[in-house]
Amino acid sequence: MAEITATGDRRRLIAMLSPAYLWLTVAVFLPLSAMLFFSVLTALPQDGPDWSLTLQNYRLFLTDPVYATLLWKSLQLGLTVTVICILIGYPCALVLARTIRGRARETLFLLVILPFWSNSLVRIFSWAIVLRGNGVLELGLNAVLPFDVSLNLMFTTHAVVIGLVHSYLPYVILTSYLALQAIDDDIIDAARSIGAGTLTILWRLLLPLSLPGLLAGAVLVFVPVVGSFMEPRILGGRMGTYYGTVIEDQFVAVYNWPLGAALSFILLAVVLLILTLTSPILRKARL
Amino acid sequence: MRRPLLPVLGRLWLALILVFLYAPIMVMAAMSFNASPFYQLPFSFSTRWYAEMAGNPQIITAALRSVSIALVVTLIATALGTAASIALFRYDFRGKKVLQLLLFPPIAIPWLITGTAMLIFFFAIGLGRGTPAVIIGHVALALPYVIVTVTARLSSFDITLEEAARSMGAGGWTVLRRVTLPWIAPGMVAGALFAFAVSFDQFVVSYFLSQPGDSTLPVLIYTAIRKGFTPEINAISTIIITVSMAIMFIATRYSRFGGER
Repeated sequence: MAEITATGDRRRLIAMLSPAYLWLTVAVFLPLSAMLFFSVLTALPQDGPDWSLTLQNYRLFLTDPVYATLLWKSLQLGLTVTVICILIGYPCALVLARTIRGRARETLFLLVILPFWSNSLVRIFSWAIVLRGNGVLELGLNAVLPFDVSLNLMFTTHAVVIGLVHSYLPYVILTSYLALQAIDDDIIDAARSIGAGTLTILWRLLLPLSLPGLLAGAVLVFVPVVGSFMEPRILGGRMGTYYGTVIEDQFVAVYNWPLGAALSFILLAVVLLILTLTSPILRKARL
Repeated sequence: MRRPLLPVLGRLWLALILVFLYAPIMVMAAMSFNASPFYQLPFSFSTRWYAEMAGNPQIITAALRSVSIALVVTLIATALGTAASIALFRYDFRGKKVLQLLLFPPIAIPWLITGTAMLIFFFAIGLGRGTPAVIIGHVALALPYVIVTVTARLSSFDITLEEAARSMGAGGWTVLRRVTLPWIAPGMVAGALFAFAVSFDQFVVSYFLSQPGDSTLPVLIYTAIRKGFTPEINAISTIIITVSMAIMFIATRYSRFGGER
C-alpha cells in the first residue's frame, strides 16, 4: 500500500473515491441531517411560507403516552424476536460449524443463508398464506391430529413474532457460524484430552469464544426489528400497531411529516445508542 | 463405538430449521399452482394464475420497472463501488478509517428511517417522489455491499503486480484495465449481483420514494396484500423469490461473502 506522496496520486484518489461518497452524502447523510431539521418545524416549507421552529413534536412524544408506549412495545418485540433467534439459531450454527464437515457443510450453510438474501416482503406474505384461518397450517394439523384445532394465528402478535424470526434468524446463524468456525480444533482436542466432557467444552470453550459473533448477530436482529413496520402490518392486523407503523402512518396516511420526522429521529437516536454501546462487540466479531 | 446422541439431535435440529425456513415458501409456490381462488384444498393443479398474472398490465409494468431500475442501480453502484474499493485498497491516507466506517450506516440504520429521511430531503430539494428518487436511494443502499465484496476480493491481490506493470511502462489506465480489473472481476460480478438483489428486493425505501401508480413490484405486492390478495400475487411472488434466490446462489459462488474458507 502506498503512502500518498505525489499530487497525481492525490488527484487519482479523490477522483476514485468522491463519486461513491458524494452519492452516499446526498442520498443518506444529508437526508438524515435534514430529518433533524424538519422535526423541529411546525409545517413543511414547501407547503407554504408560514412555518416556524418548534419543539412541539418532541414535546408530544414526551407528553402523549401513546408514542412512548409504542416505542416500548417495539423494543419488547425486538427483544422477544432476538431471544428466540438466539435460542434456535445458535444450536443450529453449532451443528453446522462443529459436527458437519466437508461439502455437506457448505451446501447446508448456503441453504440456511439463501432465504435471508431473498425478498423479505414475499417471505412475510408466504406466512400470511400459511397462518390464515382455514390456512394450510390449520388444515394440515387437522388432517394429522384426531381432534379439531382452530389456530387462528393470523393477525396476532404470535404471527408477527413468527414472521420476524423467519426473516432475521439467518443473521444469528451466519454470525455465530463464522465465529464458531474460526475456533481452532486443537483447543477442543486439548480440552478433551484432559477429560472435559461435551457440555463442559460447549459451556466453557465454544460459547465464550463465539460470544462476540453471537452478540453481533443479536444486534443485527434487534435493530431492524425495532424499526419494522411491514411485517406487523401484514401479519398483525389490528394487533400490529407498533412504533414503526405509526411512523409509516405519518408519511403515507396522516401526512404529518414533521411529527414523523421527530418520531423517526427518536428511533434513530435509540438505534445509534445501541450500535455505539455494542460497537466494541461488533468490532471484535470482525464482520 | 457408541453413537453419540448430541450430533444426531443436532442434525435433527438443523433439519427442522430448514423446514421452518423453506416450508412457507414451498406452500406459497404450491398455492400459486392451485386452481382454487380461495386457497382451498384438495389441491388441483392449474397454471391459471400465471396466465392471469401475465395478462395483468399493472403487474407486468411494475415488473419491468423493477428490473430496469435494478439494472441501472447495478451499473452505477458497481462502477462507483469498484472505484472506491480500489482507492481504499491502493492508498493509505488520513481519514481512511472514517470513510470505511461511513459504509456502515446505510446497512445498519433501519430502512424505515433512511427511507423517510430520503423522502423528506428529496421533497425539500424539489426532486420529490418517482423513479429517479428510487434509483438514487437504491444505489446508496447497494454501494456498501459492492465495496465490501470487491474489497474482499482485493485483499488477495498482490499490489506489486501494479508496480511491476508500471515499471515496464504501462500507464494508469492500462494497469487498471490489464492487471487490476481482471483480478477483481469475480468480486465485481458478485458485487453487481448483490447490488441487483438489493434493488430488486428492496421494499421499504421504494415504498416511500415511489409515486403512487408508478410503483415497483414489491410496492405493488404490498398494496395488493393489504387490499386482499389473489393467487396472482402468489404467482408473481413465486417468480420473484425464485429469481432472487438464483441470483444470490450465483453471487455466493463468486464471492467469499458467505464465509467459506
